Amino acid sequence: MNRDLRNIAIENSDDIIHEWLKEINLLKNVNYTMDISDKLYESNNKEFVNVIFSSIRENGSTMVVEEFSKKIIHLGWPLSYITDGLLVFRKVTLNTILNKLEEVDPAFIASVLSNVDSWVEPIIRHLVNEYSVSWEHIVSLQRIALQELSAPLIPVMDNITIMPLIGTIDTERAKFIMENLLEGVMRHNAEVVLIDITGVPVVDTMVAHHLFQATEAVRLLGAKCILVGIRPEIAQTIVNLGINFSQLPTKSTLKKGFMLALEITNKSIVEMDNKSQYFNEILGISKED
Amino acid sequence: MMNSQSCVTILKEWDIVAARQMGREIAKNIGFGTVDQARITTAISELARNIYLYAGEGKISFNIVQSLDTKGISIKAEDKGPGIKDLSQVMEDGFSTSGGLGAGLPGVRRLMDDFDIISEVNKGTTIVTVKWLR
Repeated sequence: MNRDLRNIAIENSDDIIHEWLKEINLLKNVNYTMDISDKLYESNNKEFVNVIFSSIRENGSTMVVEEFSKKIIHLGWPLSYITDGLLVFRKVTLNTILNKLEEVDPAFIASVLSNVDSWVEPIIRHLVNEYSVSWEHIVSLQRIALQELSAPLIPVMDNITIMPLIGTIDTERAKFIMENLLEGVMRHNAEVVLIDITGVPVVDTMVAHHLFQATEAVRLLGAKCILVGIRPEIAQTIVNLGINFSQLPTKSTLKKGFMLALEITNKSIVEMDNKSQYFNEILGISKED
Repeated sequence: MMNSQSCVTILKEWDIVAARQMGREIAKNIGFGTVDQARITTAISELARNIYLYAGEGKISFNIVQSLDTKGISIKAEDKGPGIKDLSQVMEDGFSTSGGLGAGLPGVRRLMDDFDIISEVNKGTTIVTVKWLR
């Protein structure tokens, strides 16, 4: 019986394909596929319906489906294109088969239904899986990319190190910041660490709490933390929240923090008056030349 | 009095970010300045984090509210978590059960204009807070 139905479907494949293409073209505008050129849309539709038929012919083999799914994912077409396409195919095929049959036995109709479903289901399953695997892959790549941006530590001078923080700080990232900070302080033998929060959009009690913990840990290692890059609106929010930052030296800008860091490490920036003479000396050019 | 509602379900830590981004966008559209935007976003962050930490699941919804002479943003944080036993205690500065700073709820009250909290042990907590445009 299964084979019978399959033969009916294959024999009438031209009708089914014709109907399917008609219906799927109606769906073009509802499925976020509007921007796709008509030519590409049509050629992919033809390929799609042929893939479905070859899968049916080969007893639900997913070989052809695999290739097709790779192509569609690569093109970035929405998943709804696939699911709708298969649902329409199911509808059209059922209609065609039931029209070809004279007998209207309910049990037989049920078996037709379950048969057609068994053709469509493995394709749907496979394609949806392929899609979700591709999404998960992208998400995990982005997570790694984010982690790499997480908490860089830049040694700018002997004993002075800067940690610029950009973006939201969550629990996981706070842990990274702490680890990198402490490891960096030891590695670069830092005396002063500047934590720059210019790029942190929200400083709430959790972020403040993590910053306190990190600076306290740095203090235990014998180094000093200076919090810089506090924007005026963040300063007001911190005051409203009632967080006490008084144990932590803060500066509005990285520049001011850096000057303070130089002071702490007994350094200063000296401007040279006679630049050309200085450079000449460095380069070893005497005036007589 | 109320219109245009939107809400964010809080389940994962990143939902906190989604909630405050939505809140900031709404506050910006109402016409709040950067300082008030920062206050509102921080308040949302505290409320959403409380849901995430203590209830595990809940939602934050936003409303644009209108009074006679001005409008504002109303933020409602709802959860069906363990509830709060002693409300006056959590509204005190420095009280925390999680080892945090304990500035969350009293901080939110100071950041916003109106603040209402209803909590029943084992039933959940609902906080409604409003910031008016001046």
